[in-house]
Amino acid sequence: MLHQIIDRRLAGKNKSIGNRERFLRRHKDQIREAVRRAVDGRNIRDLQQGEDIHIPKRDIAEPVFGHAQGGVRETVHPGNQEYMRGDRIERPKGGGGSGSGSGQAGDSGEGDDDFVFHLTKEEFMQVFFDDLALPNLHRTQLAETPEWKSHRAGLTSDGTPNNLHVVRSMRGAIGRRIALGSDSRREIRELEEELEKLLAEPMPSIHGAGHAMRLQAIKDLEDRIEALRARVGRIPYLDPIDLRYRSRVRVPVPTSKAVMFCLMDVSGSMDEARKDLAKRFFILLYLFLTRHYEKIDLVFIRHHTQAQEVDEQNFFHATETGGTVVSSALVLMEEIIKARYPSGDWNIYGAQASDGDNWHHDSGRCRELLAQQILPLCRYFAYVQVAEEEQNLWDEYSQLAKDNGKVFAMRKVTTASNIYPVFRELFKKEGVTA
Amino acid sequence: MSAVLTQPALRAPLPLKERPSQPLEAPSDWSFDLIERYHDVIRATAKRFGLDTYPNQLEIITAEQMMDAYASVGMPVNYRHWSYGKEFISTEKNYRRGHMGLAYEIVINSNPCISYLMEENTMAMQALVIAHAAYGHNSFFKGNYLFRMWTDASSIIDYLVYAKNYVADCEEKHGLDAVENLLDSCHALMNHGVDRYRRPSRKSLADELRQRKDREAYAQLQVNDMWRTLPKKAEKEGDAREIKRFPEEPQENLLYFIEKNAPLLEPWQREVVRIVRKVAQYFYPQRQTQVMNEGWATFWHHHLLNTMYDDGFLSDGMMIEWLKSHTNVVYQPPVGHRAYSGINPYALGFAMYTDIKRICENPTDEDREWFPAIAGADWLPTLDHAMRNFKDESFIGQYLSPNLMREMRLFSIVDDEKEKELEVSAIHDGSGYSRVREALSRQYDLGSREPNIQVWNVNLRGDRSLTLRHTQHNDRPLHDSANEVLKHATRLWGFGVHLESVNSAGEVSKRWSATPPPLP
Repeated sequence: MLHQIIDRRLAGKNKSIGNRERFLRRHKDQIREAVRRAVDGRNIRDLQQGEDIHIPKRDIAEPVFGHAQGGVRETVHPGNQEYMRGDRIERPKGGGGSGSGSGQAGDSGEGDDDFVFHLTKEEFMQVFFDDLALPNLHRTQLAETPEWKSHRAGLTSDGTPNNLHVVRSMRGAIGRRIALGSDSRREIRELEEELEKLLAEPMPSIHGAGHAMRLQAIKDLEDRIEALRARVGRIPYLDPIDLRYRSRVRVPVPTSKAVMFCLMDVSGSMDEARKDLAKRFFILLYLFLTRHYEKIDLVFIRHHTQAQEVDEQNFFHATETGGTVVSSALVLMEEIIKARYPSGDWNIYGAQASDGDNWHHDSGRCRELLAQQILPLCRYFAYVQVAEEEQNLWDEYSQLAKDNGKVFAMRKVTTASNIYPVFRELFKKEGVTA
Repeated sequence: MSAVLTQPALRAPLPLKERPSQPLEAPSDWSFDLIERYHDVIRATAKRFGLDTYPNQLEIITAEQMMDAYASVGMPVNYRHWSYGKEFISTEKNYRRGHMGLAYEIVINSNPCISYLMEENTMAMQALVIAHAAYGHNSFFKGNYLFRMWTDASSIIDYLVYAKNYVADCEEKHGLDAVENLLDSCHALMNHGVDRYRRPSRKSLADELRQRKDREAYAQLQVNDMWRTLPKKAEKEGDAREIKRFPEEPQENLLYFIEKNAPLLEPWQREVVRIVRKVAQYFYPQRQTQVMNEGWATFWHHHLLNTMYDDGFLSDGMMIEWLKSHTNVVYQPPVGHRAYSGINPYALGFAMYTDIKRICENPTDEDREWFPAIAGADWLPTLDHAMRNFKDESFIGQYLSPNLMREMRLFSIVDDEKEKELEVSAIHDGSGYSRVREALSRQYDLGSREPNIQVWNVNLRGDRSLTLRHTQHNDRPLHDSANEVLKHATRLWGFGVHLESVNSAGEVSKRWSATPPPLP
């Protein structure tokens, strides 16, 4: 008889991944909208999570011909308790539990609930990057600048003399000496006892044959003891195999700490759309940094005529009005670096977003501050202008970019899809400085 | 013809060869060895009752794979479509949140018959599933006339592989959107893409492939000819009487009609329509035999496992475990109960087969009066006959006994929208048996459950619009979704589509129209 049992458990799961892709593709607009809303609502740090997507039921319905209520229907039900033929029953209110809706109840059960499903972290990021027209952040090769750190890794039997571990070497030597000499020493002890016994007995007469034999026996014992002592003595005090060296291995450590300064103009001219562009830029930079550093501090500095360090919530959502003095933020950034982030321990990144509006006497000072104070401390400083018109800040920064191309980049961003080129710039620079 | 040979039914069970000295081991965890041994006993027991099956293939799968299988309507392969993704997502969500357990098994009407066993099942559950799916459903697939007529178990997997590849090719050639839109539209008409009465021809995959090319060319030729714009000879304008109706007779298979006659479809689109139609046709018997099929499988797992227990193969613990699942499966909450959602096909089917067996073995006077032909007959051939030659509608009409109606306390209610109240039209008493039985039988008639919509007319001379006609059954109106479906129909047809709903008086009571979007 033909029959068989097949273990399919290891054969492909996720067979319907293609169907899921088609589902996501079909509802791209809703999903994109949901992702956009999620990005607005989330903190920069929480961005890399999945998200529940709500899609109204009617958008995913698949229509088929079906009956509506009405007309004459006769349905059969089980479990009659009380009814007799000809009884009349009040019509249950729509969808009531009495079940006389019967067979077709399925189609009429169109609730208003949304169809909810979970977008995974990867899919979420995919959509996020799609929106930014960023083709492949993940695949971009980054120039790694790892720091090496040497770790103790036990002991080895060879190495350089400066790593010699004396105690462990001596301990090994003692063990070896004990092990190699123990047989001989036991034999010596036994022979010595025998010798003593012989010497303690009265000597036979000097003329008898016994005398000569006794002397001979003593001499044999003494020779034997001597030979064994020599053998024990030949065991080396320290042998090359006893030597132990401290072992140290070099392991790459991700450059451990980075701090990212987000500088943003919050003067009246920065509207929500411009702030949103800025936020997306900050998010990208943050994501980029998370791939390189274990620990990232975020410092948010907002400014109008005065700069202020704030938390993320206030940074993006509080509104301020007034004029603009950009240098105030740079001064504050420098102060914070000096106070909390010594540049020897921290990789410092700066990201500044502004609409380019500045009090015109201030822009030159900004350039000086950056060139002399801040850029030398930074690994990178990026400036995005979320408006088209070029003002004096742009001009000053352009000069700066000429001289400090390696650590300074600037771009204009007017739509979300513009952000990526700026970012690619940043990648390239990173490669050069490494 | 690749008609499957069947063996004649046994008159009585064969004797047991040898009682085992001790029951099979019954740990809660299964092992391959153990499944093999249980399967051997189940197979031998099934053989004693003459159950005729396709060869069995048992596949162990994980819960996730089970959900995959769910999502593609239970088939191991299928073409890709977003709706299956939707299905998977909602299944997965419900499962993860514990809203529902997965079915214990899925069985595929193919040759060999593939049954999925979930790895989470205990040994007792695996035995239950093997008896239920691999012997119950399997013998039903092989024996029932609808399956024998409409489905070709040996070729379905091959056909689905072909369908999957073909649709994937189309996606590559014509773009995901074009294929998706087309499939959406086909799915909307899927339930009306089956032949209810005409017999299909059987073709192997090789024939299908060979004939596809010819068919494409030929079909296109036909269509072009039909839509020839130059008159063959000078005809007088407006000579309406001479114009033949097209189609001459109304046609029930909308997808078939579209595949053959839609003026603007490309050959590949026709082939996709055909694929959807074929798949719909494959599942059509399953929709018509729910009660019979599930009832048969439930009856046999119950009977096989009980026999194995009586023969000394099963331990007590094993029995209690599977009986608990069995009881859950055949539970029928009464009307008005919180959990009530219509008649449970497992419960009804199981009760009916059990009742038929009882009528054969211990008939009462009432049974002799109602079922003179089977009262006191051999139960095995009687059951076999009942399984082979009916569908739900006729099965209930033929075999639902007064005894069972009393036991289930069945009663029927008339809901007439013209009346304020519902009326109990019949209950389980002498004067009501026939009416209840008739009503229940009609309830399982797909023809009355789904709206009867047919191709009525094509305006060949004018705007080329297609008219569909809905013939109301008991004046039941169409659901509002009809409008959306019509839009899908216009996408396939390429020109306007009208739908008329005709009431019992023969008047058109409602009309829908949809015009196609302008061509790009």
